Amino acid sequence: MKGILYLNQFFGQIGGEELADYKPEIKAGQVGPAMAFQQALGEDVEITHTIICGDNFMGSNTQEAIDLIMDMLKDKEFDVFFAGPAFRAGRYGAACGHICKAVQKEFQVPVITSMNDENPGVEMFRKDMYIFKGGASAATMKKDVTAMAKFALKLLKGETLLPAAEEGYFGRGVRDQIWLDPPVTAADRVIDMLLKKVHGEPFETELPIPKSDRVTIAPALTPEELSQLEVALITSGGIVPVGNPDRIQSASATKWGKYDISGKEDLVKGEYMTIHAGFDPAAANNDADVIVPLDAMRKYQKEGKIGGVYKYFFSTVGTGTTQAEAARMGKEIAAQLKLDGIRAAILTST
Amino acid sequence: MQMANLIPVARTVGVNRLVPTISIPYPLGDPATPKEEQFKLRYHRVGVALDALTADIKEPQLFKVKI
Repeated sequence: MKGILYLNQFFGQIGGEELADYKPEIKAGQVGPAMAFQQALGEDVEITHTIICGDNFMGSNTQEAIDLIMDMLKDKEFDVFFAGPAFRAGRYGAACGHICKAVQKEFQVPVITSMNDENPGVEMFRKDMYIFKGGASAATMKKDVTAMAKFALKLLKGETLLPAAEEGYFGRGVRDQIWLDPPVTAADRVIDMLLKKVHGEPFETELPIPKSDRVTIAPALTPEELSQLEVALITSGGIVPVGNPDRIQSASATKWGKYDISGKEDLVKGEYMTIHAGFDPAAANNDADVIVPLDAMRKYQKEGKIGGVYKYFFSTVGTGTTQAEAARMGKEIAAQLKLDGIRAAILTST
Repeated sequence: MQMANLIPVARTVGVNRLVPTISIPYPLGDPATPKEEQFKLRYHRVGVALDALTADIKEPQLFKVKI
């Protein structure tokens, strides 16, 4: 049987961030991690081709990237499709999800990928495909690849599959009916659960209700209100004064900074930089307004569309930053804004 | 409200008012174009973002941009 693997530009050995807009290509044979896949798959499945695509190319031109790759695959024979592992790399995870979803739909073969639970790709695509629970960085490459390969073999050989948690992938929300052996009716199971709950003993629900983490839509301001208000600028693009005085981390940030822009008309080259490790910094270092658009905001201030720009802009780095830390930082920044009566903000992401 | 390039990611995490940017490394100004053009694009999209703050929406919305 045959398999094909999708990699980003980095694992595909094309280059780093500077080549993140690499157009997709397909190489006959095994590049980079494909060899680890082959080792884990043994003799049953041969990885015949490796597809390599830049994370930014897929992120910014998703449909075009998918169309190009579908075209490359249409004359290939393959029984399984792998992507990644993507670890915590958000763009890579999203890319793996996009391509796996398309391949599964078009070619009707099993698709398998792997990501860390902090990867936004998990929430985006877990319902659509097998996303194996991966490590936080490429240090777990071998472990993550092996998990994907072993499951592929189970699938292809038609072996009995266990529930998601036991197999090691993120639950897809698919419920299968099973019969307990020896049988225990639902009536008995629910009373057992209730008795445990009443006695303060641990029990496990059969149906976890997911907590909704949605923010309610803030009521709209009127244009009149907006014309009286100071609007704050916030970014996850890592724009900081040159020298990074607060030592905000370039990835997996746990710190944020606030920087005084009173009286400034724009962010001047040489005074501001980006410390974000997730993209080529050249454009931002040359003109930080492309990420924190102070110059545009000042024009709107002069025109009276907004009352002003809040004296501080807030900054942190989004790449590799955990959802938990991001939520904490967000709450802290919001608290500062509320203290100063700020009611509106624009958050720019990269 | 948020200005971002990876729209599917923003949708998934539940951003309510969303305006697209042109890329990851330079969200609001393509360095391959003249400064005036970059500012025009930035001014337009920031304007859409400010208008989003005054938009009475009932569900999460991606606001359209012209340039």
